[in-house]
This record gives sequence, structure tokens and C-alpha cells, in this order.
Amino acid sequence: MSATTHALHLDRFEAVKAGLPGDGRARADALARYAKLGVPTSKLEAWHFTSLKPLDEAALAPSDAKVAVTAASVAAHALSTSHAHHQLVFVDGRFRADLSRIGTVPQGVVLVAWSASKALPKDLLAEAADAGAMRALNAAYAADGAILQVPAGIALPAPVHLIFLGASGAAHARNRITMGEGASATVLETYAGTGRYWTNAVTDISVAAGATLKHLKLQIESGEAFHTAATAAQVAAKGVFDSFVLSIGGKLARNEIDAVLTGEGGNVKLEGAYLARDRQHIDNTTTIDHAVAHCDSEERYRGVLDDHAYAAFQGRIVVRPDAQKTNAHQLNENLLLSDRAEIGSKPELEIHADDVKCGHGAAAGEIDEQALFYLRARGLGEAQARGMLIEAFVSELIDGIADEAIRDRFMAAVGGWLYDAQGARRAA
Amino acid sequence: MLEIKNLHVEVDGKEILHGIDLSLAAGEVHAVMGPNGSGKSTLAYVLAGRDGYDITKGEVLFQGKNLAEMSPEERAREGVFLGFQYPVEIPGVSGLSFLKAAVNEVRKHRGIKELDAIEFLKFVRAKLKMLEMGDDLLKRPINVGFSGGEKKRVEVLQMAVLEPRLAIMDETDSGLDIDALKIVSSGINALRGLDRSMLLITHYQRLLGYVVPDKVHILSGGRIVRSGGKELALELEEKGYAVLGADAA
Ligand SMILES: Nc1ncnc2c1ncn2[C@@H]1O[C@H](COP(=O)(O)OP(=O)(O)OP(=O)(O)O)[C@@H](O)[C@H]1O
Ligand SMILES: [Mg+2]
Repeated sequence: MSATTHALHLDRFEAVKAGLPGDGRARADALARYAKLGVPTSKLEAWHFTSLKPLDEAALAPSDAKVAVTAASVAAHALSTSHAHHQLVFVDGRFRADLSRIGTVPQGVVLVAWSASKALPKDLLAEAADAGAMRALNAAYAADGAILQVPAGIALPAPVHLIFLGASGAAHARNRITMGEGASATVLETYAGTGRYWTNAVTDISVAAGATLKHLKLQIESGEAFHTAATAAQVAAKGVFDSFVLSIGGKLARNEIDAVLTGEGGNVKLEGAYLARDRQHIDNTTTIDHAVAHCDSEERYRGVLDDHAYAAFQGRIVVRPDAQKTNAHQLNENLLLSDRAEIGSKPELEIHADDVKCGHGAAAGEIDEQALFYLRARGLGEAQARGMLIEAFVSELIDGIADEAIRDRFMAAVGGWLYDAQGARRAA
Repeated sequence: MLEIKNLHVEVDGKEILHGIDLSLAAGEVHAVMGPNGSGKSTLAYVLAGRDGYDITKGEVLFQGKNLAEMSPEERAREGVFLGFQYPVEIPGVSGLSFLKAAVNEVRKHRGIKELDAIEFLKFVRAKLKMLEMGDDLLKRPINVGFSGGEKKRVEVLQMAVLEPRLAIMDETDSGLDIDALKIVSSGINALRGLDRSMLLITHYQRLLGYVVPDKVHILSGGRIVRSGGKELALELEEKGYAVLGADAA
């Protein structure tokens, strides 16, 4: 039997486990759970649109993280240095102090990589009983990741930028963000790399009462890479979890977000944009769980699909029986640039309370011919006019990002998708 | 400047214009009037090069060049401007950045140095002043949420900024209040010149009271049924189209 990613991960564990930090028992349990679950297949509701077969066949073993990465390849993904920010770089899932810059933070704030930390949180590898296979595999193999703890009442002034570069094999980074009561912070995760590799990341977030976390993600992996990432957020009373995922790279990418509103007055906003071409497959699967009353959630994703690209959007919204006065709205809009591009869009509303306002919508359309003619009638070339309309479609969401450096970075990434370095539109 | 000869135009396989002849000399302003559905906007679109408006017979020469062979953007760069009857809303594209890109495409085509952001702002401010407008509309996405009159004023502003050789203004006066009509008219008058021709499509004599045309054409049922001097518009206002024997064919 030829090696598969799955088999390689089962085989290598014994050899590497001694070198992995934290609770060994938890890791072994996680691997056993993963072995039992197996690679998710499209028979599972949550994986309805996405097959991981290409990932399994790619035969990627856990990375030994011995690749050389230069400061220059990090700089390409860094935020503009004219805006203060903290930068933590991970290569194949391991922290690289030499490429990182952590500035001074307010007293009590912890911003550190596992491998540089003296005391890891005990429950770092903890998994819910019903957690999926990819999370379990991450728990078994996670070697490093970022830890951010912002104590009650503290506002972290500069954003935190976590950069994950992939180069070989499989990397299982695991991050933990803990926001104390009334605390606030902005965190950007960038995922990029070169060649063929797999990123399987987990970010666990807890937002205490009255706290705000703005969580942004730029998935700009190499065109041969696989990306599966799970973000889980718990949001207490009057807490705010504000997420934006811009997904551009990867051969196969899956962004999973699970947000639970556990206290009244909480607010979850999930926004995202994805741009895909060639035979790229980009999956955004989200769950917002309104566990209690008087919470609001809003979800807006926009996609641009060219060539043979495929995008999946699954938006599950659960409103528990006690969650009266819930406001939950979801919208997924797609711009199809080719008639071979495809979108699988599936809202799932499970509403068990009666006094709620919930709505959802999905749309797929082409470039507005009238708008295109209007621009061309003013002298803009067809390619430029199309580019302008595509950019406008996603910039309407990106414009809402409060942090200027991150907003600029996102627009630059969109520009990089549309135009090559010479400013010419990339072929459709 | 513009020479339309026996122009037949089909839209979706249906002939809408049945042989238009119209000749507009440099510096002239002609008005095109006519009942709803008579083909005025069709004429405007075909001049600007909209997809789906097929010339099946006849030809259009602009400065001696065959317009049919040019893409919409080439026409615009050569100096054709269409002020839309229904300007399109384009969310996410700011009016300023769009207009700057447009101006620079035209300048590039004409071999003039492109304007940088500061030069462009200065240039636009002068035009805004001429049309007694603020820059607030230009900072917003193109036409999004503009009132009917605001859209029309921005069309005129775009014309002023792009400095075309042929301006086709499709019902630019509809939806303007009395003060705006005066301002827009004086703007249009200021832009009249020996090297600029205009085709003003309108339903109302009111505009032509301010912008006095050299000629008036009446389009009905896809044909020009009468042409005459500026008095024709007055006559029309008094008697309506039926009296002219120009009821929709
Ligand atoms: N796609 C189409 N298919 C069939 N008929 C069309 C199409 N587009 C336009 N027409 C018809 O062509 C005719 C001319 O339309 P046009 O918009 O040019 O009129 P107009 O003179 O500008 O009218 P108005 O004064 O109302 O603006 C109308 O009868 C219209 O219904
Ligand atoms: Mg019309």
C-alpha cells in the first residue's frame, strides 16, 4: 500500500511524541480519536462539499521544520512597519524567534510562543468530545503556536500579527487567545508558504464579558498547498468577536469557524472574502451557536471565482430554545467570472426559539454588464474595468476593517490576485 | 465631426433605428427630441458602442473614422462622451478614483502626461467650481444612493473633466431642479467651443432656452421625421408630437 497522509501521521507518532511539549496523555488520546474518526469524507454533513482525498494522496508526513526561511520571504507578508505591531513567525508550525518581533505590551499581557513560554496553559490540547478529526490530529501533533492573554480591562494598542509559513510536510500549529473581561485586541493570522505542504491549524479563542477581539485571517498559501484550519470562539455576555477571513491561496483550503454565544448581549460578526482560480477549492464552513438570549450575529461572505475554481460556503446558525430575541443574519454572494466556476452554498438554520429575527441569503452572478459598459464608455479598458468591479465587490467588505495596516495588506493581497507585478490583469 | 448615414440598428434581432441621417459639424449643438420609445437612447448607445446594439446597415463616421470598428473605450479616448439617461450605480468604486483613471486613459491616448493624485484634484476642483458643486458626491461610490438630479449633475461634471470632442447628453435635463438646470446649462454653454460638438437628447424646450441649439431633430419610430432650427422645439412644446405628423410609427 502506498503511503497516505493519514497513514504517515499514524505511523510517525511513536517516533516524535517524546519531543512534543505538553500533556502526552492528551496527545495519545487525540491520536486515538483521530485514528477512529479517520480522514473526513463528504459523507459527513460538515464536509459535504469538500473531499480531502487529494490531501490524503499527497502523502505529507509531519514536518520536521528544518527548512530554511529568509527574512525576505517573511517581509513579503509583514504589515507595514509604519504601523506599530507585534510579529510572531512560525515556520512549518515552529516558532522562529529570529524572524519575530514582539514589542512591549501593557503589564499583565502575555504574548508568547509555546516554545518560548515557561508555563503552558494546562488545557492547551483539550478537545470537546465531538470535535472533528482534523482538530484531533492537530492536538496529537501540535508542537508550537501563539499564546495571547489580555487581562481584564486592558486594551492591547498594537495589533498582533501571527505569520505561519509552510514549506514541507504537515504543520499543526495551535494558538490560544484569551481575552479577559472588558479587554480588547486585534489579531491577524497570515498563512503563506512555498511549494507543496499542509497547514492544519487550530485557534481557540475565549472572549470574556464585555471584551472585544477582532480576529483577522489572510490565507494566501502557495498554489500547491493544503490548508485546513479551525477557529473556535466562546463569547461571553456583551463580548464581541469580530472575524474576517480573506482566502486567496491554496490548492485546497478549508476555513472553519465555530462561534458560541454563551452570555446575553454578545455579538458575533463573521465576514470573509475568497478569490479563486484554476482548479482551486476553497471552503468556508461556519457555525454560530446562539446558546442564550439577546445576542446578535451577522455573517457576510463574498467570493470571486474564475476558471474551474470551486468554492463551498456552509453557514450553520443554531438558535437554542432559550435564545429568545436573537438577531442572526447571513449573506453569501458570489461573482462568477467563468461558466466553469462553481459555488456550493448552503445555509443551515436550526431555530428552536420563536421570538427571533433570522435571515439568510445566497446569490451568484456575473459581472454587471451595465456597470462594465459605463466604465468603458469613460475610457477604461475592458480588463481594467473588470478588475475595478471585482476589486469593488470585495473591497466593500474589506473597507469595513478598522485597522488601517491590515486593511491595506488585504487590499494589496486582492490586488496581487487580480494583477501581476507588471500591473497586467492575470488571465481569466 | 459626426456623420451618420442611413443608420439601421438592431437590438435583440429587432430593428429599432430605420435609417438615420444626421450630420453634426465641429462646434455645433444639435437637439434630438421625440416621443418615448422613439429610439433616442438607442442612437446614443450605438454611438457609444454598447454591446448588443448592432449596426445592420449604414455607417457612422466620427472625425472621419468608422465608429463601428472601435471598442467603447477607444471611442471614449478618441473623444466620444455619453451622458447616460440612467447613470449606473457602481458600489465599491469611488467616483474620484474612477474619474482619475478615466482622465488618465484619455490623456495617455492623446499623448499628454498623466495627472498624479494632486494634479488631478486641482483639475477636478476647478471643474466642480464651474458647476457649483462640492466634492462630496465624488468621494462616494459612483452614483450609489445619489438622487436623480445628483446623478445628472455628476454626468455633466464627468463631461467637463473628460473634455470630449463629441458629447451626447441623454436627457441630462430630466430630474434637475430649476436652479440645477440653470447651473448645468451654463456649464454646458461654457464647454461649447469650436472643437466640441454636442447632441442634446431632451424632452423639454426648457433646456433649449438656456442652451440654444443650432439644429433640432425630431426622432419618431426610429426615423428622423423633421429637422429644423431652434424654433422647432418651441413649436413642439406648443403643439405636441401629433401635430407634426410624428406620432410613433
Ligand atoms: N433589447 C430590446 N429588445 C427589444 N426592443 C428594445 C430593446 N431595447 C430597446 N427596445 C425598444 O426600442 C425602442 C427605443 O427605445 P429607446 O430607449 O431608444 O427610446 P427613447 O427614445 O430613448 O425613449 P425615452 O424617451 O423613454 O427615453 C423602444 O420601443 C424600446 O422598447
Ligand atoms: Mg431614452
